[in-house]
Amino acid sequence: MDRIPVLTLGDVLLVSIQVDLEDQLALRLQEDLADRIVSTGAHGVIIDITGLDIVDSFVGRMLATIAAVSKVLDAETFVVGMRPAVAITLVELGLPLRGIRTALNVELGLAALRAARAAEYAEPEESDDDESVAT
Amino acid sequence: METNTALRLAAVLADRQDAVVEAWSDAVRETLRGRLTRAELDRQLADLYTLLRTLLESGSSSLGRPDAADLRSMLSDLSHARARQGFSVSETAISVFALKAAFYRAAGDDDHVSKADFAAFSLFIDDLGLHTVETYVAARDSIITEQSQQLMELSTPVVKLWDGVVAVPLIGTLDSARSQIVMERLLQALVDTGSPYAILDITGVPAVDTQVAQHILKTVVAAQLMGAQCIISGIRPQIAQTIVSLGIEFGEIVTKANLSDALQYALRSLGTDIGKRAPRGAVI
Amino acid sequence: MINAEPTGETRRQGIGGDDDVVRVRQLVRAAAVATKLSLVDQTKLVTAASELARNTLIHGGGGYAEVIPVTNGRRNGILIVFVDDGPGIVDLDLAFTDGYTTAGGLGLGLSGARRLMDEFRVETTPGEGTTVSAVKWER
Repeated sequence: MDRIPVLTLGDVLLVSIQVDLEDQLALRLQEDLADRIVSTGAHGVIIDITGLDIVDSFVGRMLATIAAVSKVLDAETFVVGMRPAVAITLVELGLPLRGIRTALNVELGLAALRAARAAEYAEPEESDDDESVAT
Repeated sequence: METNTALRLAAVLADRQDAVVEAWSDAVRETLRGRLTRAELDRQLADLYTLLRTLLESGSSSLGRPDAADLRSMLSDLSHARARQGFSVSETAISVFALKAAFYRAAGDDDHVSKADFAAFSLFIDDLGLHTVETYVAARDSIITEQSQQLMELSTPVVKLWDGVVAVPLIGTLDSARSQIVMERLLQALVDTGSPYAILDITGVPAVDTQVAQHILKTVVAAQLMGAQCIISGIRPQIAQTIVSLGIEFGEIVTKANLSDALQYALRSLGTDIGKRAPRGAVI
Repeated sequence: MINAEPTGETRRQGIGGDDDVVRVRQLVRAAAVATKLSLVDQTKLVTAASELARNTLIHGGGGYAEVIPVTNGRRNGILIVFVDDGPGIVDLDLAFTDGYTTAGGLGLGLSGARRLMDEFRVETTPGEGTTVSAVKWER
């Protein structure tokens, strides 16, 4: 069975979803990402959904789960590239994507990750349990 | 119409084809006042005549039957074309109804057709005429819809104000259809320009109802889902009253008094610094 | 009653597993493109179909979907029908409540799908099954 490739960019993992997500594929991605965050010590995950022409509640839940799991593993998740028609549909569907941070494209997502990271280090009480990988 | 009547009429129509078509074309041309060339009209009417005769030759005059499909679509095409060229409904209908008089004039002396046959023919032409009028009205409706669509697109420009900031200055009444178009165009502009900030300026909007307020809200939430922030500026006092009295939650939406405040907010959020200089005055 | 006359061929797709949900989406999308629905309406229709197909699979224990191009005389649209012979829905009002779920999902399937469609009808008999019919009209 296929896998969705996970790329490493410095301490950021980049996933670009280009195919119609089958449920098994989505679940496997969820597992792969958790493993890769731990094995690479990544601090950020960017999921590019430019290629997705729909996001239903199943995919929405997968994205929320990835964000929540990554958060526990000390990595911030950004979902980028959501199409306007998909965003309008999600609002109508009433899908709450709580805990998911978004950006318009990969570039802005990377910048937002960097800004979020910098903000975290500016607050000393939050960074004490951080086994930092070279940044 | 009975089969025999149809067949008799078809025979006469075939027999007197040239004379009938000529009389018909003459009658129609008077009403067109040169908006269609003679050759064009002659061709149209001759085609129509042939299809109509073919239908009668099959022994039927019912427009609903499958073998009348060609005739129906020819009539539809004709009325669509007339509607686009700006002909009125009666000018269009007369193109069909004129065939009655033309037929009577050119074939009235024919021994093969009775008065009853003429009456049946007349009813048949009425059917064709009604179909023409109906499709004409449908065509006009679709032209009107198209035009209001174009007007709506023209009246909803999305402009880039700064690197990373787009704005939609809305002017005039917002209805549900227009707010939907605004929403789609604004969101598309965010993607196309990669702008994380959008300003929806409603200074020029006199009133909003619940549905429109909901559309604005949905636009803001959709923009957030895509990773952009939407700022609403220029809310009039009456609109603010409406929003509150309708019980619509504007919640965490950023609202600013005017476009300039909204732009300043966006630029500050982007970290863009604009230094102030004393005005230099004008040079004459 | 949904007032809709078929204008084209009915396409049917069985729903027996996860990958059938993807097939239903593809079938519905192809029909939406052929009927020239706007991009946003296409997206809403396919998303609703995806939710309903998953309902059929999870709650109905499988079944089938039908996709039919229709007209109401003024506008064209797409009718989607989902049929299962599962346990049925005992309390329909409750099933339409946002956040209500029996399968541990987000509880948006039925109510969310209804918001995405223009017409929506559920026929259900406890113990015998459920049929959901919904139409999206062109704007």
